[in-house]
Amino acid sequence: MSDSITLQVVRYRPDEEDAGPVVVDYEVPLRRDWAILDALNHIKDELDGTLSYRWSCRMGICGSCGMMINGEPKLTCATFLVDLAPGPVHVAPLANFPVIRDLIVDITDFMQKLGRVKPWLIRDEEKPVDDGEYLQTPAELSDFKQFSMCINCMLCYAACPVYGLDGEFVGPAAIALAHRYNLDSRDEGERERLTILAQPEGVWDCTFVGECSAACPKGVDPAGAIQQAKLAAAQDAVKSLLLPWRSR
Amino acid sequence: MTSHLEARYHRQRVPLLWWARRRSYAMFMLRELSSAFVALFVVELLFLIRAVGRGPAAYEGYLDALAHPAMIVVNVVAVAFVLLHAVTFANLTPRAMVVKVRGRRVPSRAVLAGVYFGWLVVTAVLAWLVVG
Repeated sequence: MSDSITLQVVRYRPDEEDAGPVVVDYEVPLRRDWAILDALNHIKDELDGTLSYRWSCRMGICGSCGMMINGEPKLTCATFLVDLAPGPVHVAPLANFPVIRDLIVDITDFMQKLGRVKPWLIRDEEKPVDDGEYLQTPAELSDFKQFSMCINCMLCYAACPVYGLDGEFVGPAAIALAHRYNLDSRDEGERERLTILAQPEGVWDCTFVGECSAACPKGVDPAGAIQQAKLAAAQDAVKSLLLPWRSR
Repeated sequence: MTSHLEARYHRQRVPLLWWARRRSYAMFMLRELSSAFVALFVVELLFLIRAVGRGPAAYEGYLDALAHPAMIVVNVVAVAFVLLHAVTFANLTPRAMVVKVRGRRVPSRAVLAGVYFGWLVVTAVLAWLVVG
């Protein structure tokens, strides 16, 4: 095994003239225990301090370090150099998002969409705190648990060609989280969320490419969630057509 | 409104041939394309109904048109695409539908088996109607 590997890092420096993205090669040690993120930290510490990228936890929880590795959306802290040897390894910012600088993308659009689907418990009437917690059985928990594993890393948005082509699409993670709360036995906000999800740019924009679920590092199935939400939206539409007096 | 900082963002464009770069994307495009062949069969069926309505001569003419080698090739390709459409559609069902029996979630394999069993029953009934 060679003792070094080349990282081809896409760099974008908006403060320089003719600042289109350029690829810069960096030779880094090929260590068995190094993930791409360790190699990027090595570049920043030892080779070129101007390189910019986001990271935090180094253990696949914070969801900050998502990038395109050899064209695939990956968490750089969970993608190891040895698995990509002999290289070179192409490192680019997450696809489908505007690039602020080097490997940092603007996530404002995702943050706004996440808020729009109201990913929190909604109650018609809040119980007084003295009455204690909203209880739930293990079976009720298992209904939505996998969808609650999302770490908002946005790899699914980078994998989704629909989001790339139509920026209005609410997108996989936000819909999966909305669905997670809709499935929660303690929640009563399904109708509120449905007004957002049942829009054309909500669930109906999804054409079930399925790549969001393939890209998810936490085993969430956003594509499945979106189809289940489609079914729920369609059932709701039929119900309100047949039983108009029951819909509010 | 775009701020002056946003104006300096690099906007990544989706290339025109994005679907050719990955096998799963290409498969997805084939699945989307298959809808056109489903539509083709619907059109053929409408022509059949019209021909039947116009009498035996029109029906014979319809059969002759379908027997043309070019039409046979088109229909063989169409069958392949419609099968791709049906199989991929059926395979996605367990992810789109959560089936519960007495509060317990039915495993994906059982849902899938149910879909294929239903397909088989409908096919058998249609075959019995046509052949029998």
